[in-house]
Amino acid sequence: MSKVVSSIKEVVQLAGLKDGMTVSFHHHLRNGDFVLNMVMEEIAQQGYKDINVNASSLFDVHVPILEHIKNGVVTGIAADYIAAGVGRAISQGIMEKPVQFRTHGGRPRDIVLGNTPIDVAFIAAPTADTMGNCSGKYGKSACGSLGYAFADAMFAKKVVVITDNLVPYPLQDFSISEDWVDYVVQVDAIGNPKGIVSGTTQITRDPVGLVMASHAAQVIANSGLLKDGFSFQTGAGGASLAAAKFLKDIMLERGIQGSFGLGGITGYMVDMLQAGCFRNLMDVQCFDLKAVESIRTDPRHQEISAMHYASPASRSAVVDSLDVVILGATEIDTDFNVNVHTDSNGYIMGGSGGHSDTAAGAKLSMIIAPMFRARLPIVTDHVTCISTPGKDIDVLVTQGGIAVNPKNVELTANLKAAGLPIVDIHELKEKTERITGTPAKLPKGDRVVAEVISRDGELLDRIYNVPQK
Amino acid sequence: MEIVKLATAGTMESSDAYVEIEPAASLDIQLESVVQEQFGDEICRVVREVLEEGGVSGANVRVVDRGALECVIRARVETAILRGKGDA
Amino acid sequence: MRRSMLFLPGNNPNMLINGNCLGSDAIIFDLEDAVSPAEKDAARILVRNTMRYMDFRGCEIIVRINSIDTAYWQKDIDEIMPYKPGLVLLPKTGSAADALEADRYMTEVEQKLGLPQNTVGLMPLIETAMGVENAFAIASSTKRVKALFLGAEDLTADLQCKRTKEGREIEYARTRLVVAARAAGVDVYDTPFTDVNDDEGIVTDAQLAKALGFTGKASISPRHVEVINAVFSPTQKEVDYAYEVMDAIELAKSQGKGAIALHGKMIDAPIVTRAQQTIAMAQALGMERGV
Repeated sequence: MSKVVSSIKEVVQLAGLKDGMTVSFHHHLRNGDFVLNMVMEEIAQQGYKDINVNASSLFDVHVPILEHIKNGVVTGIAADYIAAGVGRAISQGIMEKPVQFRTHGGRPRDIVLGNTPIDVAFIAAPTADTMGNCSGKYGKSACGSLGYAFADAMFAKKVVVITDNLVPYPLQDFSISEDWVDYVVQVDAIGNPKGIVSGTTQITRDPVGLVMASHAAQVIANSGLLKDGFSFQTGAGGASLAAAKFLKDIMLERGIQGSFGLGGITGYMVDMLQAGCFRNLMDVQCFDLKAVESIRTDPRHQEISAMHYASPASRSAVVDSLDVVILGATEIDTDFNVNVHTDSNGYIMGGSGGHSDTAAGAKLSMIIAPMFRARLPIVTDHVTCISTPGKDIDVLVTQGGIAVNPKNVELTANLKAAGLPIVDIHELKEKTERITGTPAKLPKGDRVVAEVISRDGELLDRIYNVPQK
Repeated sequence: MEIVKLATAGTMESSDAYVEIEPAASLDIQLESVVQEQFGDEICRVVREVLEEGGVSGANVRVVDRGALECVIRARVETAILRGKGDA
Repeated sequence: MRRSMLFLPGNNPNMLINGNCLGSDAIIFDLEDAVSPAEKDAARILVRNTMRYMDFRGCEIIVRINSIDTAYWQKDIDEIMPYKPGLVLLPKTGSAADALEADRYMTEVEQKLGLPQNTVGLMPLIETAMGVENAFAIASSTKRVKALFLGAEDLTADLQCKRTKEGREIEYARTRLVVAARAAGVDVYDTPFTDVNDDEGIVTDAQLAKALGFTGKASISPRHVEVINAVFSPTQKEVDYAYEVMDAIELAKSQGKGAIALHGKMIDAPIVTRAQQTIAMAQALGMERGV
């Protein structure tokens, strides 16, 4: 028996694809991914129409999908995150059917529960053997963890592994095992390594970012959560990484050994592991070379699936054991609802990813954001889109003060006692608008271009088109 | 005193504004802004106000705004006017 | 209270508008070295507008104008005086005459604009060999001088020596300035530590400045502000001692005693003054008396 198929063309023919079916992709190759474009081009070539694409994320490299949308090849999109390149066109109203946004936990939840069946999953694999055992840790296109691909592999009707490093059977230290895989295809390259993982991300030099990071670390230090067994997740933004660095200094100074670092893992989290700040890293996705190197060589650095990471349908997920998460926002309103889906002009340029999963799970979820970006205040009366509900957000850290969700009475008292600049979120909004002026309201479109589905499967909000002049 | 020569002020960096001014018979303001929808009208009003304060009744003014606060836009327009008048 | 002073380049809007969020007690809008000759006009107007329109409550504004041997300094003063900076930092002050020249023009502008006299202080920047030698004369030249400020980069160039992290080459200037300033009854501020990536070097350097008697220290990097503030804040022990001193004074008064001792040490007027300053600073920082 052989599962190896000679080309993507052949495998699309073999997989039993029909008009109206759903294909799926993971985004571990991020902005370096070739696989989604190669497969969709072949599907278009073979004349299929009305295909649904369920991708864990779409990056700017995936802009060619817009042609397939215009030609009726693709008529449905579901994703957890859509970068500006594709997002802008969606906001302009390119699709008839609204895009479905889920979270990194909600996506596998709906796959597992059968709410979003996948007909064919195409899994980019940096290394695979001839029977489909595959891994992201090895090969020229190594991306580290393959966490987002597990649900697709386990629940799709047909599973195709696409690799540019086919090795003899059996591959040791595989992530996804052969028992889920139908076909294996070898191609020249599954991605551009430069776009897959970044080099070392530098800690921000921006003074405002450093002030926010320092405040954030102080909030954690005075939250009552920073003790042995502490667990932590942070994003890859400059200020978030600086906060992690400051936190590391505090943990080492106080001699605190945490239990685990979670997430999208960066080199800074690896540094914290190596310095003894954590016993383990739980890794659903690697962001940089150092993280990839670590997950390959350090047994304390554990790959986890998106189900294990964040799915509410799992018996338990790692986010349920998380103490603190640091997150970003493009807008936050006075009820602490956060928008990470649209930019200041209403165009789609992101998505929840793990934002609302970790916010829901963590004991302390903190937003770091400057008071204003390009003259636009971060705090508004109502966010353009609710990505994460305010009930799950505890603290907003800006350079001009720290706003605590009023539900956290004890935390507010602790932070005030520590001398941190605590401010009411309404006051922060007014203070910011005294500096920036009050922005005029954006005209709202009349068509829904995307639905934001909560991690529990409920409709959380709708995103409207941006009227074009 | 009126604008006698082409002059520029400011930069294209974030939170700054770049202003170009040149002699013309009447006032014409062109604005390109990253916050056009939210602050476009307000910025044009402020630019006009600074031109009036500077006694400029004729000029072509081009403002490229990178999210500058009002006090910054005022400063850049004022500087461009001074330079355009040959005072600087 | 001026533990830390942060330099911000005068023609950089992004830095200026966030100046009061960076944690320093004072910010120095720099119209001199941070601004190229072609942008002097632009920076002057930008700084003036920032002072005019922005609310920097809780953070003192200092402006470093251009030196009096340039064509810019009087224009700088014209623009900024109406918006009442706390201090004007005057670069390359070499003699009492330099300070008096700036004072004379500042007074003239105050009169012209109908501003109250002498509310804007002058802080001579001592950064030449001549300035160091004339430090006391400069510090006591006019009531407007509120403090001296040591600038080590230009000074070491003038001394024809290399600026080092250890700072042996500026030892004399440092102690000389502290003595001169204290003799004249004004404050004195230390030069910035210029390696922004040396997190330990800044601590050592700030501690040295504090030990030598400086009132505070300037910085060119926001990253150094927190360290400087910490070093120049009173410790809990110092605060508690200050309260003990004041208690002892009260007790002595009520008992009608003249000479007072605390822990076997005589308390004289300078110790009382120092205790009062420490308590005032502790109160400003929200520090309470320990138990």
